[in-house]
Amino acid sequence: MSETDKATQVTINYDGQDVSVPAGYNLVQAAQLLGKEIPHYCYHEKLSVSGNCRMCMVQIGTPMRDRATGEPVMDENGKQKIGWSPKPAIGCATTVSPGLHVRTDNDLVKGCRNGVTEFLLANHPLDCPICDKAGECRLQEYSSQYGRDYSRFVEHKVVKPKHVDIGPRIILDDERCILCSRCIRFCDEVIKESFLGFTERGSHATLSIHPGKPFDHNYSLNTVDICPVGALTSKDFRFQMRVWFLKPVNSICTESSAGVNTKVWSREGRVYRITPRRNDAVNDSWMSDSGRMLYKKCEGSGRLVEPQVGGHHMGSEETLSRIAVLLKNEKAAIVASAFSSVEEQFLLKRLAGAIHAGVHMISHTQKGDGLLISEDATPNLRGALLTGLISRIPSDNLRALGDKIDAGEVETLVCVREDLVQAGLSQAQLDKVNLVYLGTHTPSFAQSANVLMGVPTVFERAGSFVNCQWRIQKFAQAVPPPRGVLSELTILAKLLDLVGACPGVAATLSPAWQQLSKEVPAFAGLSYDSLPDEGALVDGGSLKSLPFVETAHLHYTPNAK
Amino acid sequence: MSVQQRRIILRHIDEPGYTADIDCYMKHGGYATLQAAIKRPAADLVQEVVDSGLKGRGGAGFPCGVKWRFISPKNTKPVYLIANADESEPGTFKDRQIIHKDPHSAIEGIILSAYAIQAKQAFIYIRGEFPMGAKILMLAIEEARAKGFVGENICGSGYSCDIVVHRGGGAYVCGEETGLIESLEGKRGYPRIKPPYFPAVLGLYQCPTIVNNIETLTTVRYILEMGGKEYAKIGVPNDAGTHIWGVSGMVQKPGYYEIEAGKATVGQLLNELCGGPLPGRKFKAIIPGGISTKLLRFGEKFKIKDADGNEKEIGVEDIPLSAPGLMACGSSLGSAGMIVMDDSVDMTEVLANTNAFFAHESCGQCTPCRYGSLWIAKISKRICEGQGRLEDVDLLKSLADQVEMRTVCALGDALAWPVQSSVNKFRDEHLAKIQAQLDGKSLEPKQPWSLVK
Repeated sequence: MSETDKATQVTINYDGQDVSVPAGYNLVQAAQLLGKEIPHYCYHEKLSVSGNCRMCMVQIGTPMRDRATGEPVMDENGKQKIGWSPKPAIGCATTVSPGLHVRTDNDLVKGCRNGVTEFLLANHPLDCPICDKAGECRLQEYSSQYGRDYSRFVEHKVVKPKHVDIGPRIILDDERCILCSRCIRFCDEVIKESFLGFTERGSHATLSIHPGKPFDHNYSLNTVDICPVGALTSKDFRFQMRVWFLKPVNSICTESSAGVNTKVWSREGRVYRITPRRNDAVNDSWMSDSGRMLYKKCEGSGRLVEPQVGGHHMGSEETLSRIAVLLKNEKAAIVASAFSSVEEQFLLKRLAGAIHAGVHMISHTQKGDGLLISEDATPNLRGALLTGLISRIPSDNLRALGDKIDAGEVETLVCVREDLVQAGLSQAQLDKVNLVYLGTHTPSFAQSANVLMGVPTVFERAGSFVNCQWRIQKFAQAVPPPRGVLSELTILAKLLDLVGACPGVAATLSPAWQQLSKEVPAFAGLSYDSLPDEGALVDGGSLKSLPFVETAHLHYTPNAK
Repeated sequence: MSVQQRRIILRHIDEPGYTADIDCYMKHGGYATLQAAIKRPAADLVQEVVDSGLKGRGGAGFPCGVKWRFISPKNTKPVYLIANADESEPGTFKDRQIIHKDPHSAIEGIILSAYAIQAKQAFIYIRGEFPMGAKILMLAIEEARAKGFVGENICGSGYSCDIVVHRGGGAYVCGEETGLIESLEGKRGYPRIKPPYFPAVLGLYQCPTIVNNIETLTTVRYILEMGGKEYAKIGVPNDAGTHIWGVSGMVQKPGYYEIEAGKATVGQLLNELCGGPLPGRKFKAIIPGGISTKLLRFGEKFKIKDADGNEKEIGVEDIPLSAPGLMACGSSLGSAGMIVMDDSVDMTEVLANTNAFFAHESCGQCTPCRYGSLWIAKISKRICEGQGRLEDVDLLKSLADQVEMRTVCALGDALAWPVQSSVNKFRDEHLAKIQAQLDGKSLEPKQPWSLVK
């Protein structure tokens, strides 16, 4: 809560207790602040209030005043009488006001909740055993809290379309739909393109796409997340895994420099889905569909697992000492990556310094969408700048490096997570140097590399990225890397040791941060462990005036950098 | 003393030779009120309507002048006036008399009201099933426009206001003012939540909007003709003026009867004006003000206070035909569409018919009405088909209780009240029908009866 909110607090009486809540809050938000829950389906904090589910009904009352005189009406104890409304009110559309009395624990309110639950279940197919939402379904949760243990409904249920293919990534089950309209409001209000609507009336009301217009927007899967029941399901996740077996960890999307906060859900070393994690300063509760599919890459073929030297598999210790030998060459250069974490970039910078190698980088740009995909296709360009690994916005090619190779100024080249061929180096140039490649997948130029060594993907390691807002955000490890793959931090720490630069460099995050906070002014006072989940803004200083490519998107304005 | 009609709104309607065209209307003094009133300050007109005590004739009975004053004096947005002619309450057929037979009185009332609230544009939202009514109104508007009573610079006053006739798509819920506004905006007719969308604050296109029943607006023309204080003398306290009673069902002379509020009883209306029950029949029940008002059973006793404040016990026949009178007996005036049932009628069939109507007309927006309406209708239908269970009667009541007061709009209450009152007042009849089915007996065959064909 910020200071300005505190200045405009109002006191309400919630179930007999006087509590102070920020003005402008509705009762669902106020309850949340008090650590209580007013059950709701259709209300979503990031969408407009619709008020159709009627689950959040509470009884409200206001202190009574005499109509004629305006004087407060007192009871026998000298307290102002409360005029309770006989009609329950929806909490989501009731804004707190001074002296407002709220009851959530009486028979009227219980009756409302029980009634809504019974009505919603009357026509519901009750197919939880095969429903992907089971385990995280509001209807299921509230049914156990507010439902009966038997049904009074003996009529035929309303039959509606099931498994309707409404778009490339979503299947709709209309019988499960409780018509809360969250998905419709998401389309109309967040992505501002209408795809969904209701047809028919009454109990026969049905969610549907507009005829001939598939729901193919790149943010369509957010509707699956906000669907309070299993009506909208992701084709990718459908029937793959029961959600209660999945373990979520906090992560950051690497799709662009927007730095979307995510949760990565895994079981037994396998990622099953990625969902957005709410961060009001970055991505609200949303993320792109394309960002959710990035985990597929870490499972795909072509992962670089066993280290290879000269085309032969070799143990990692031996591989590292071979690399160290190559690094002792005076004419070494490094191609660093904006896909590496702040910590990795920091160690790479030290390695570059130790072996007096020039550092090159490539920029990756893409078309932004004005929402959560920015024009910079890397997650951590600003990390590379802050750690001092680079000092300028990198070019989109490596021609300068190519010229150096041609001139014989570079004989050993270490490449981290980049495609050198795509970046413009020729086969002849690659053949001319001793090439060490560290990456997640076997590159197209593998036959030119002297040493190939695998590194973990973002899901297989922990670290931090600095997004386009100069917000440092940490990500946790969801699954272990493939057997035999060392973390980039470990590799760099061992190389630093082997080249004799700094023996005993820490290969784990917390000690690395002790040095980072000391050596990088922007990170002063920060530590990995104390970094909050929502990240922390750091001062980009003079770097802010560099010509970054990002234009405005959801919570980013270039002028404010 | 025999009861007389007092025709104010229906003054000339059904007179031989009285037609709907503007010449006939003007020959009978039409538009004179407009020509005089438009020279007065708008606030004066609002004051006249406040003084008149006129209550809305659409069903809710909200004081018209009070509603108009909800528009904030600080408002800078355009103001809209909507005449609600979506007359779709079963049992109600008063507005169509005005629309078909005296459209110019409605148009004069609309322009007067629009001027009073300084509306920029007026609309008539007419139900889709009134194609003839829409044509008549559009023709009348053109006639009035040609004479300078509608459109630019009305009667040379400098005030301009046009009227657009918009036909509904056949949904009962679009008679609810916020559902109507959504429909008029081109959206699905979903009523809005209040708060925050009170029409006088955030109405049509999020601008202050007054939605009045078309009879209410027509009455404004007569109020301004005779003066608000004079009008207030007609009727009884808290219910000024006249009501057009639309009587349908089992009486000798069904029809519409304009009666001064509180100056006649249910019995007088049914027996004197409507000619009493059909031969050999006895009255059994009435739905006093359109299908959504609570049933009244003949034989029931009500305690009301008379003019001197003394409590007395009366039957249905003695209930005064006024809003407070019906309210005191646990029902309401509604839209004054009285449906009369006699002893030939099976009340379980009546309830099933009513419930089928609401299940069909529930818009499906909010949970209790969406599911409650169809569930209730299915139970009723099952009972009528011989598959009833004794516990169904209490279940019907219990489900109605779960809908009442918990919905976005009043349709939830409208569907709950007939169920509650029918179960309360005809519980034995419902149970007897089910018991007879269970025993394999069929009760005396009742006449097939339908509210909505």
